[in-house]
Amino acid sequence: MAVCIAVIAKENYPLYIRSTPTENELKFHYMVHTSLDVVDEKISAMGKALVDQRELYLGLLYPTEDYKVYGYVTNSKVKFVMVVDSSNTALRDNEIRSMFRKLHNSYTDVMCNPFYNPGDRIQSRWALLPVSASSPGGPYFLCPIQSRWALLLCPIQSRAFDNMVTSMMIQVC
Amino acid sequence: MMSKNDGEIRFGNPAELHGTKVQIPYLTTEKNSFKRMDDEDKQQETQSPTMSPLASPPSSPPHYQRVPLSHGYSKLRSSAEQMHPAPYEARQPLVQPEGSSSGGPGTKPLRHQASLIRSFSVERELQDNSSYPDEPWRITEEQREYYVNQFRSLQPDPSSFISGSVAKNFFTKSKLSIPELSYIWELSDADCDGALTLPEFCAAFHLIVARKNGYPLPEGLPPTLQPEYLQAAFPKPKWDCQLFDSYSESLPANQQPRDLNRMEKTSVKDMADLPVPTQDVTSDDKQATKSGLLPPPPALPPRPCPSQSEQVSEAELLPQLSRAPSQAVESSPAKKDVPYSQPPSKPIRRKFRPENQATENQEPSTAASGPASAATMKPHPTVQKQSSKQKKAIQTAIRKNKEANAVLARLNSELQQQLKEVHQERIALENQLEQLRPVTVL
Repeated sequence: MAVCIAVIAKENYPLYIRSTPTENELKFHYMVHTSLDVVDEKISAMGKALVDQRELYLGLLYPTEDYKVYGYVTNSKVKFVMVVDSSNTALRDNEIRSMFRKLHNSYTDVMCNPFYNPGDRIQSRWALLPVSASSPGGPYFLCPIQSRWALLLCPIQSRAFDNMVTSMMIQVC
Repeated sequence: MMSKNDGEIRFGNPAELHGTKVQIPYLTTEKNSFKRMDDEDKQQETQSPTMSPLASPPSSPPHYQRVPLSHGYSKLRSSAEQMHPAPYEARQPLVQPEGSSSGGPGTKPLRHQASLIRSFSVERELQDNSSYPDEPWRITEEQREYYVNQFRSLQPDPSSFISGSVAKNFFTKSKLSIPELSYIWELSDADCDGALTLPEFCAAFHLIVARKNGYPLPEGLPPTLQPEYLQAAFPKPKWDCQLFDSYSESLPANQQPRDLNRMEKTSVKDMADLPVPTQDVTSDDKQATKSGLLPPPPALPPRPCPSQSEQVSEAELLPQLSRAPSQAVESSPAKKDVPYSQPPSKPIRRKFRPENQATENQEPSTAASGPASAATMKPHPTVQKQSSKQKKAIQTAIRKNKEANAVLARLNSELQQQLKEVHQERIALENQLEQLRPVTVL
């Protein structure tokens, strides 16, 4: 089960990020952010070939002491990053792939909502990010290295997407 | 003038939801009519200012307008028919100035604008289904009829679907917040394809209506709003004979494109099957002629889209249909006039019908009398059938092409977007190449 799931937009700002509330969420935010570099590296490495041949699932981005970070990129350069607990050794690659596939499907459903403007944040009922909320920038994901601030004027609320992520955090899908 | 907030506050008042007619006006954001209506409704203690029927979907039930709140909702239901003429008459003057209400008194321009808003205004009793007093999520017949009319105003083909952008513009007029609207969309778009079929549209509309009346949005789509339930719940009596008349020819043709498009459409077909028997029963001549075409079960196309109009309205509609050819060319206001004379008018169908009915409708001259038109239709059943078949084929082809066009347009837009992104990538890569070149040269 994932401890943190993040959806990053093409311009490398977060659309949706949620982690298990028991942990220090800042740490996960930072891990996700650092993983963006790895994702970009993987994309560019494969970019020489045709985009079609590039696989969406990026695999293990980098392992840390306690966690492993997996990545997934869509054809529109939207990235999904998942942080998994290393102690959960039973988690196999196939399962991670299937989880990403479901994430992608849920994300596509969010896209289909005409009230969703691509680039808007996907609101989560449980994504009460203390960092974001208390930051002076408001609902922004503050990151010093971030290339662009996310102007989240009208975050869309997608409970289906939220529920999907919740289920992933509870169990392996 | 009441501020818009007042009206919204009213809507949020749950106390008004029970036992009284709840009027839910959907006001376009820029419309002052809301204010105007609030003024008028204040006296009536109604929530929703009735909108003039001038709005594009004039078909909204007349009784929604200006019905004094004093009517109990049960009374409303029973007197729906009676009230129809009155509101329509009241609206008649409104219809006139639609195009030129600017010079009118303060209310007139508002009404003019209100006409647009009216398209979204609905007086609804969430509980006006007398058999289910505690189920706000159950769609009543009148509501259903109204939803169908609204659907038709957006998409003439009841079997087809409304695209996301069209629906978005329409629902935005309800003045609900975007997150709420997106949540309602999420609930109602069961197959998550970015488009709304008729049952999905009815569910979404009903949720919006409920929300405007203060009901909290449910966690999940209530069972009475599920597309399958909606299709099954309003099969026979609701089928608008009009629908079948005009679409009967296209029934077989519709099925094919629908199969291609969405699986849900198959459920619509099932609905179509149901209406057929009802049409046979209907006394309208037009229906009789068409019903002959309809009986084949698979032929029932999406038309069946919940033509929830009651039998009375059907009779009225038929005359309208007969009038369609003569009035086909008429402007929309004219169409609205006709429908207003009879409660559930479906002007949009008229547009559609003229093609079909041009040759078939031998009695366009029969002005507005329903029975008269019905009578006139009788003498030409055979002629109608022959020409109807030809019309059928043509309309089938037209419908197919339209649907194919819609699909291709969507594809096109998606591909355009992808193309843009690829272009951007290419530009970025070329820039990188440029930057690297001098290094390699050295």
